[in-house]
Amino acid sequence: MKPPPFEYVVASSAADVVEALRRYGDEAKVLAGGQSLIPMLALRLVRPSALVDINGCSDLDGLAESGGTLTVGALVRQRALEKWAAAHSPLFVEALGWVAHAPIRNRGTVVGSLVHADPASELPALLLCLDGAIVARRKGGERVIPADKLYLAPLTTSLESDEVATAARFTLPPEGAGWGFAEVARRHGDFALVGCAAALALDGAGAVSHARLGFFGVGGTPVRGAPGEATLMGQPPTAARVAEAAKAAAAALSPDGDIHASAGYRKLVAATLAERVLTAALSRCRRTE
Amino acid sequence: MKRPLRVKVNGTEYDRSVDVRSTLADFLREDLDLTGTHVGCEHGVCGACTVLLDGEPIRACLMLAVQANEREVGTIEGVAPSEEELHPLQEAFWAKHGLQCGYCTPGIIMSACAFLKEHPAPTDGEIREMLAGHLCRCTGYHFIVEAIAEAARALSGSGPA
Repeated sequence: MKPPPFEYVVASSAADVVEALRRYGDEAKVLAGGQSLIPMLALRLVRPSALVDINGCSDLDGLAESGGTLTVGALVRQRALEKWAAAHSPLFVEALGWVAHAPIRNRGTVVGSLVHADPASELPALLLCLDGAIVARRKGGERVIPADKLYLAPLTTSLESDEVATAARFTLPPEGAGWGFAEVARRHGDFALVGCAAALALDGAGAVSHARLGFFGVGGTPVRGAPGEATLMGQPPTAARVAEAAKAAAAALSPDGDIHASAGYRKLVAATLAERVLTAALSRCRRTE
Repeated sequence: MKRPLRVKVNGTEYDRSVDVRSTLADFLREDLDLTGTHVGCEHGVCGACTVLLDGEPIRACLMLAVQANEREVGTIEGVAPSEEELHPLQEAFWAKHGLQCGYCTPGIIMSACAFLKEHPAPTDGEIREMLAGHLCRCTGYHFIVEAIAEAARALSGSGPA
């Protein structure tokens, strides 16, 4: 028996979950796909006194797009989003293809990955890049936490111990926008050393009207490439300007070094990937009036 | 803390009582004696314990046994059509020397079963991407790739190359 002892609480609705979290507080962990939580239990890195299993909460399932916002319920598996994306969003297809392996994505949930907040994982950076947010519910109320207020440190979010993330919202890039996504990892499916996502749109005159750039694997949280976005906004995206934007975004990063890659290497790779994803995004843009 | 569990494994219905801390991998091996599902790293990396849950590959070490309640599980023991015959994937692994010690093989076969349904004519690149989710320390993967490609040809009826 690998995991430490815990009380197993089966929730059948979001109301059950918030009730259990009110009762157990930070002694409880929410079990969704379990693809990060169960390894942490097996390695005894966490010892919650209760696991609140939300897999029977049908009200937390559901994937819907409306008015440019994609809402993903807490029970939606990464694989389900991948299948939806196949017909709707090549950016999500590309990003999800880098998330571990198919057997993990079959169980792992999108929201679970978002609130697990591993700084090397793809989905949190995508949430940040796409002006996303998490819907958090506790006994007696609900709030929306924007991605830039969600990530505090590695594996640490601003969710309170009695709150459950019931859904994630992504703002899909505007009509005609192009996208880019790139990652460097030792093997496919490994944790990213550095990764980068971008979305760009152009106005009728060919100037950049929408620029989003996000990095992962380059610090304690996912990072928005704001200086790169600012360099591009309102400007004609010449190759020189794209290179300048990538350089500006990477210069603002302060990655950590570890056994797999030094901080300096990560910064170099970040600049290269940023230029690649911005160039790719640009090549996929359609001009809109 | 025990809970009742009703699960169908390889077509057989089981009603058991299981400790909530048991992983699905431990339940299959220790309670049902289905020891074909191998346990390697026990934290989702190696892929040896991969089984099918309602037809989709998952890591049996990353799921609590109680979570399989009212679900259908497929393991390596249920892959061959009969006692006398092998599944085309097993046949191909044998013919192409796709295994040496065999520890990783059941997990790979289970992943490959689902993979070939989605990719009936996979490229070597696609096969290798799928195999990135499985660690094999003997073969160097080359013969595994050949075996899966061979099985794909056999299953799609185009026969051995």
